[in-house]
Amino acid sequence: MNDPQKRKSSALAKRIIPCLDVKNGRVVKGVNFVDLVDAGDPVQIAAAYARAGADELVYLDITASVEKRPAMLEIVTKTAEQVFIPLTVGGGIRKLSDISDLLKAGADKVSMNTSAVENPSIIRAASREFGAQCIITAIDAKKTAPGKWEVYTYGGRKATGIDVIDWAKKTVELGSGEILLTSMDKDGTQSGFDIELTAAVSKAVSVPVIASGGAGELIHLKDALDKGKADAVLAASIFHFGKFSITETKKYLRENGIPVRI
Amino acid sequence: MVVPQEVEMTPSITVIDYGLGNIRSVSKALALSGADVRVSAGIEQIESADGIVLPGVGAFGKGMDNLEKADLITIIKSQIEAGKPCLGICLGLQMLFSVSEEHGSSPGMDIIKGKVKLFRNDLKIPHMGWNKVKFQNSPAGESGMFEGIADESYFYFVHSYHVSPEDAALVSSTTDYGGEFASSVVKDNLWAVQFHPEKSGKDGLRIMKNFIAKCGGKNE
Repeated sequence: MNDPQKRKSSALAKRIIPCLDVKNGRVVKGVNFVDLVDAGDPVQIAAAYARAGADELVYLDITASVEKRPAMLEIVTKTAEQVFIPLTVGGGIRKLSDISDLLKAGADKVSMNTSAVENPSIIRAASREFGAQCIITAIDAKKTAPGKWEVYTYGGRKATGIDVIDWAKKTVELGSGEILLTSMDKDGTQSGFDIELTAAVSKAVSVPVIASGGAGELIHLKDALDKGKADAVLAASIFHFGKFSITETKKYLRENGIPVRI
Repeated sequence: MVVPQEVEMTPSITVIDYGLGNIRSVSKALALSGADVRVSAGIEQIESADGIVLPGVGAFGKGMDNLEKADLITIIKSQIEAGKPCLGICLGLQMLFSVSEEHGSSPGMDIIKGKVKLFRNDLKIPHMGWNKVKFQNSPAGESGMFEGIADESYFYFVHSYHVSPEDAALVSSTTDYGGEFASSVVKDNLWAVQFHPEKSGKDGLRIMKNFIAKCGGKNE
């Protein structure tokens, strides 16, 4: 058997990742892609997605009040008892102890956005402590000029003046093992991912990039994965409301030459 | 502690807790697959178990340091030598080997002769995500590790280094990441996998079941 040498091919599958926005322990707006006893229960939804063939799951905690945040730990704990695919948790993570609590509860990765921009050293510290593979930096990007994007924080409310490509490179130097890249211009439009942004970041960094924001049709996912060179795509509403199932999404991608796990 | 082995229907499996990795998912996956799971670094819990699992994600050096500090290396070696079924996962696979290139050269437990090497290709590191596992036509490939699983099924990987055993006959599967590497090895009672069965959906759970069967439980 030869050692892996300088060859660019691999059989690694592109990942399809449903994202659940969780507020006060409930999935915002719920889902209707499958009959569930409780369509707002993140644990039931996560289990249904795992059965349906999702490659990973993301819980994004958008709970406003700090007092209600512990609900997420309980959800992660319950999820880890019945869902056996990778789970990422983002939202409200500020301290190393937040990360360690989530990992101990059964999360595989955590994603940081505002806290990473305001305190980049947390990426380095977290990466050293827990390993780069579990530290994702989430970047909210807004286009400012052709080929230029600016980093926003606080859920897209605050402009930082930081260039997205520069920040992406820096987070990888600091120890981030993956980037979750959301186009604010495309998010919620269902008009397709920002392919130029995705390709620019993917080209600039050596770690996997998850494309997010703008999924509306299956061709959008395909474009993000081949033209945008993303390693994974994240989507919410197209899956939650049953527009496309995970199975038909993957079938479409496979038929169009994208390696996926079926 | 009384463990009446001969009447026990459910094998007891001790997941060795040395302070690294997502131990909770590993133990829950084993429990769901039919084992009586204990999470421990205690010698008594390791000796009395029907099988042991060495999990782990993270740095090789830190993993070995933690095993040493917890005085676990001797007991792990003697249990494997005595024939107890053992399942190594990810870093738990790598630490079974003689030496790792991580930080130049770090010694491992040397239970399997060979090296742990950094991927040298133009692909992204870590190798993260779902990749195909190709069974090998070797005695190792017929160990029962992949019973009930189709060849070239996908499993979830997260790692930057891969193992390279001196004895190629120990390789039970390979995976392509810029070239084929050993994604699992089998040496008698010792099974070890680079991927994460606890994160690989139903096929991953099937490997847990197969391991539990090896520990004396029943398979479906």
